[in-house]
Amino acid sequence: MSQEVDQGRRQLLVLATSLTGAVGVGFAATPFLASWKPSARAKALGAPIEIDIGKLEPGAMLKVEWRGKPVWVVRRTPEMLKQLDQATPFLLDPNSQASVQPDYAKNEARARRPEYFVVLGVCTHLGCSPLPKFEPADVTVAADWPGGFYCPCHGSKFDLSGRVFKGVPAPANLAVPPYAFLSDTRIVVGSDSAQSA
Amino acid sequence: MRTDRLAPALAALALLALPIVSLAGEGESYPSAGNDIRNHASLQRGARNFMNYCSGCHSAKYVRYNRIAKDLGIPEAVLKTNLMFTSEKTYETIKIAMTPDDAKRWFGTVPPDLSLIARARGTDYLYAFLHSFYADPSKPTGVNNTVLPGTAMPHVLAELQGVQTATFTTEKHNDGTVETKLEKFELTQKGTLSPEKYDEFVRDTVNFLEYIGEPIEAQRRDLGVWVMLFLLVFTAFAYLLYKEYWRDVH
Amino acid sequence: MGTDSHGTTQGGGLWGWITARFPIESMLKEHLTEYWTPKNFNTWYAFGVLSGVVLMIQLVTGIFLTMNYKPSSAEAFGSVEYIMRDVDWGWLIRYLHSTGASAFFVVVYLHMFRALMYGSYRSPRELVWIFGMLIYLCLMAEAFMGYLLPWGNMSYWGAQVIVSLFGTFPVIGDALVEWIRGDFYISDITLNRFFALHVAALPLVLVFLAIAHILALHNVGSLNPDGIEIHDEEDERGIPKDGIAFHPYFTVKDTFVLGVFLLIFCGIVFFAPTFNGLFLEAPNFEPANMMQTPPHIAPVWYFTPFYAMLRAVPSFLGTQVWGVLVMFAAIVLLFFLPWLDQSPVKSVRYKGWITKFALATFAVTMVVLGVCGMKPAVGIYPTLARVFTVLYFAFFVLMPWYSRIDRVKPVPRRVTYHAH
Repeated sequence: MSQEVDQGRRQLLVLATSLTGAVGVGFAATPFLASWKPSARAKALGAPIEIDIGKLEPGAMLKVEWRGKPVWVVRRTPEMLKQLDQATPFLLDPNSQASVQPDYAKNEARARRPEYFVVLGVCTHLGCSPLPKFEPADVTVAADWPGGFYCPCHGSKFDLSGRVFKGVPAPANLAVPPYAFLSDTRIVVGSDSAQSA
Repeated sequence: MRTDRLAPALAALALLALPIVSLAGEGESYPSAGNDIRNHASLQRGARNFMNYCSGCHSAKYVRYNRIAKDLGIPEAVLKTNLMFTSEKTYETIKIAMTPDDAKRWFGTVPPDLSLIARARGTDYLYAFLHSFYADPSKPTGVNNTVLPGTAMPHVLAELQGVQTATFTTEKHNDGTVETKLEKFELTQKGTLSPEKYDEFVRDTVNFLEYIGEPIEAQRRDLGVWVMLFLLVFTAFAYLLYKEYWRDVH
Repeated sequence: MGTDSHGTTQGGGLWGWITARFPIESMLKEHLTEYWTPKNFNTWYAFGVLSGVVLMIQLVTGIFLTMNYKPSSAEAFGSVEYIMRDVDWGWLIRYLHSTGASAFFVVVYLHMFRALMYGSYRSPRELVWIFGMLIYLCLMAEAFMGYLLPWGNMSYWGAQVIVSLFGTFPVIGDALVEWIRGDFYISDITLNRFFALHVAALPLVLVFLAIAHILALHNVGSLNPDGIEIHDEEDERGIPKDGIAFHPYFTVKDTFVLGVFLLIFCGIVFFAPTFNGLFLEAPNFEPANMMQTPPHIAPVWYFTPFYAMLRAVPSFLGTQVWGVLVMFAAIVLLFFLPWLDQSPVKSVRYKGWITKFALATFAVTMVVLGVCGMKPAVGIYPTLARVFTVLYFAFFVLMPWYSRIDRVKPVPRRVTYHAH
């Protein structure tokens, strides 16, 4: 070799090229990773749905599917709403501190309007769909049963606001999805605002 | 003489390749539509034209309304009032009410979906097509089209353009074949739009068709500029690095 | 630490643990840091590495396309548009893959031409050439099957034409075609099996063949533009005097080459992905229509030279099989190249005017045949195709003769190298 090897220059150029290359790899990887995000079709299929509650009788429940999960709307009677106080001593999280719900559902009724209870029918234990057990004092469920939901898979119990009982496998209250009233007879589930799609 | 010199060889190949590339674009050539897919005003007019005149028979089943709104800068409320006439949601694609069976019964053929028509036939073809309807009493629709002779499509835009008549010339070739060529069109019945306005109408519409063929085109080109700049920087560093190490080699 | 049972000295830490169990260090030496590469490699030698790069691009983009593509005749076309429109960045992944398919052939054809020029296929590298030819065959099959997957109208009719070729074989033809299709026409069944072959089977075969190709090469060492075996001149350490370590010299050179390649590749992806209908053909933006053939069926550009040969041969004795046989022969002949070239000298640099003229004519022949294959068989094109098909075969068939009579220049013992 007739010339001195400028190691400093070599290291600098290796560093510059490698850094640029690494940035390039990062740029190149981004589209591939981003392609895993929900596509426009997934977002369309998972878009908010409108539910007609005009024919829902007091004390009855209707079920619809949204994003692959059951959504329940229960039209609670005044008697059912009174039961909510009765349930409180049995509950793990009566004030919904640790559960999933929009701000407007962080109350005892866990709803915008107490008469209509909108909830995701998915047990917070392992995802089974609980059964409605609205009759209070239904001893097949429990002694002092205030009315609510019972999950047949592992025995978790929830009250008429979907609040989880103490001492059951489920760790949290049933989740309430975002929803809004479009009118007195229509609600949209999956969106907080009354603007329908 | 080094016959294996790369640069002139590849340069020659590249020069050869250019006319070959143009060979790929086969068939008829049409006058340029002169549209600009970055012209949002034109695209918005084109979207309106499409929904008002085309979407009765032609679906665009790969095109979502909310994508049009986002790309063209149309607020969703405006989109719903002006471009959506049914109870469809904005996240849905442009579908039509006519069933394929009905279409076959009424037109003899199913009007093609237009999502990709501009990529399949070319924007210039579509521009020429919409300009080339003429009166032809021998056809059930009363019209024919020099770009697609025998088309089952009625002249949907007749109220706008008016009606043209076509004069043809016949030319006898040496091999005995007779070629009929269009000599000229003549507007015999005026429409509600002047020829200039109709031309703009058609241009906006085919502009929109080009956009829906590949909604990402504008962003693809914009991103491409940044990608090329980045690669130039990377290649420059790589070149310097290569030269630096190869100083060792004698 | 000390030495292990194999007598190898151990390093410390994680690296030492790995090297005691896996031959990574010897592999790095054998194939990178002590793979003595001729220092006079020119740009023609870039296309091997680039072939590997494009293979990786196709594998990665192909996998991501498979995540959203639906291999059924009802859903395939729509799923491609789903990727183009609804999947975030799907359009980019699709264009990378479609451009990559054409880029693969550009790079491979240039790589093969380099071999032709410098005699890279000559002994002791015949097996490198044969593995390479097998890669080429698999690549053609892979591209052909991949092209059916979008289920566009050209996909459908192109597959229809090519699969029907097998029907020209006497006696077994019709059964063979039905067996390939799995149905009485190119259907959902054919699509699904082509999908399996394109996505799983052939990529595996291609990767194994590529590895075999490189191992065969490294076993005997690389040739160079002067056609000189650098191992014939070694220094006292046994290192070729004209050899330099692949790493770092060719790793840095290939990094630069990669940059140039990506500039061209991305230029096409971002600014001209259809390449005026050469890479993504216009009729393929319409779904497969079994009732309506596109006005002009042509295979994708990289098949057109062979398609031209196929069409050049007229029907004899009531069968078209001769064209099919000629087309197959054109490819099979390539396998025999190492034995057809009888020149005492390997590289065109030291060969005479006959060979130089033959090589240039061969290059022109491929281009002309390619153009003929793209055009409808009218006008001057059929004649042109026939003349150049003959020239193509002449290049190979006459080679044992002209390679022997051609004048050769004396080959130096050391390579010609000009400092970069």
